[in-house]
Amino acid sequence: MSLASYGKPASPAVVAVDALGPFAGVAVLVLLMHFVIGPAVGPYYAKILVDIAISIVLAVSLNVVNGFTGQFSIGHAAFMAVGGYTAAAITYFGTVKIWGGLPLVHADPQGWGLFVVGTVAGALVAGLFGLFVGLPSLRLRGDYLALVTLGFGEIVRVLLMQTGSIPDPKVIAEAPLYTLPLKLGGSLGFGGVPTYTNLFWAWLWAGLTLVIVYRLKASTHGRAFLSVREDEIAAEAMGIPTTSVKVRAFVLSAALAGIAGALFAHELGTTLNPKELGFQKSFEVVIMVVLGGMGSLSGAVLAAAVLTVLPEVLREFSEYRMIVYALILILVMLVRPQGLFGIHEVWELPVVRRLLGGRGPK
Amino acid sequence: MALLEVRDLHVHYGAVHALQGISLDVEEGQIVTLIGSNGAGKSTTLRAISGLVRPSSGSIKFAGRHLEGVKAHEIVRMGIAQSPEGRGVFANLTVDDNLEIGAYTRTDRAGVLSDKERVLDLFPRLRERLRQLSGTLSGGEQQMLAIARALLARPKLLLLDEPSLGLAPQIVQTIFAIIRDINKQGTTILLIEQNAHMALGAAHMGYVIEVGQIVLHDEARVLAASDEVRKAYLGVG
Repeated sequence: MSLASYGKPASPAVVAVDALGPFAGVAVLVLLMHFVIGPAVGPYYAKILVDIAISIVLAVSLNVVNGFTGQFSIGHAAFMAVGGYTAAAITYFGTVKIWGGLPLVHADPQGWGLFVVGTVAGALVAGLFGLFVGLPSLRLRGDYLALVTLGFGEIVRVLLMQTGSIPDPKVIAEAPLYTLPLKLGGSLGFGGVPTYTNLFWAWLWAGLTLVIVYRLKASTHGRAFLSVREDEIAAEAMGIPTTSVKVRAFVLSAALAGIAGALFAHELGTTLNPKELGFQKSFEVVIMVVLGGMGSLSGAVLAAAVLTVLPEVLREFSEYRMIVYALILILVMLVRPQGLFGIHEVWELPVVRRLLGGRGPK
Repeated sequence: MALLEVRDLHVHYGAVHALQGISLDVEEGQIVTLIGSNGAGKSTTLRAISGLVRPSSGSIKFAGRHLEGVKAHEIVRMGIAQSPEGRGVFANLTVDDNLEIGAYTRTDRAGVLSDKERVLDLFPRLRERLRQLSGTLSGGEQQMLAIARALLARPKLLLLDEPSLGLAPQIVQTIFAIIRDINKQGTTILLIEQNAHMALGAAHMGYVIEVGQIVLHDEARVLAASDEVRKAYLGVG
């Protein structure tokens, strides 16, 4: 609770604005993206904006584990893959079963409905995987979690490579449902997934992710997450069940990564391929979180945006661009080893507080 | 029956036999102090009571319920809160956030708010610094925060681990005055201290621990007057 309302109950109107305001903000952002910015910038920049939204979901969700609870997970892409493949299986096979023929985008409420069902299912299945991975490994110290998540990422990637090729629509229409999850395209990737992801859906989920995680940070549960990062023994001594708190953070983080996977799977111009969702992808997300500052949501958003745009900007340098990319990262880490905003939000930094009207620290 | 009854408590750290049969009672409404030098086993006793280390044998009973094997976070719910050794404030969180985390186990929001008021009346310095990051507080203020945070769990028994550690004498006086106030308001306290003079001055009962064993116990004022304690811990004679 904020100090402004400390000690006295807030009026219902204030409570309502506090509760609904952020969601209204998300609605405005999404409509603006979809109806104004998207048409204005054209398809190339629109795709970059969608990529940024997906990166934001990934970075903000990994921040829940690596930033809030201070654990170190480096297998985020695996949860993204689980969510992406789950969602793709639902929309692809679902489209064939419902409408018949090759899966295409069904630009009607039923089509969008199927996509939403797929995305939510992707989040749930990814969250379930998070529970299976987190439950045993989060009892151990942080570095074990890093190893376990790394191994888990590889297992998911290899298992997806071993799946069979995607059957013809005619075969799918006949096949019993339980046989389909074994036919996800193997090493060639899950081709032909209908391209539902656009600015609207990408920014809707990015906005919701931000509101959820920001709200969490300010809540009793979120404070419990942070206390585990600060001092695990003291947290336990305050009555916080630290293992269960870590598992909860891990499950939430995995579920949100699943949403990012679902968006990625249905994006135009990307292929859902095990190679795309391996160790390198996991590391990109870790870099976003470290660069933005572990625990800082605004830092994660900024780093996600910058690190998504940077490779595009550096495209002219072609083969040198990864070197430039790496150099920029090294430079930032030399100047600000704690990340851009450290563990704070941008508006909590002394410099910014002074700019915002002298509400600097006393 | 005492609120807390410890009987023949043994704790091993690997091959080290840290506690070799500790027994002590904490009567409801009292301040009981456990004094002893560095490494005698004071903190280990406290950690065993609060569930942070597992005793190898012996019994710990609180309000008639056994605590051995109960997890630390569940013991807080049963009514024991502590200000841990080295204070353990959450340095990157504000004073207010620290206090809120102290109240983590509670669901009675109105009760938490009124307790917060009560605690901030006890420690006015904290009220001035509610929005400050607790890592920026002075040592004395951090100690105050650690005690205040524990009080927000509304414990029946408050465990204090060396509240005087590393603090200027004047601050120690202030903190001990507050500890007596907390006790007068009805909280039973088990106080672990190296500063025998301050601890025996504040407590009703005292226990002296040496190399994992209780060597003396009596009323605090009797202990403060005894030759043995005066020589070994009060630097007299």
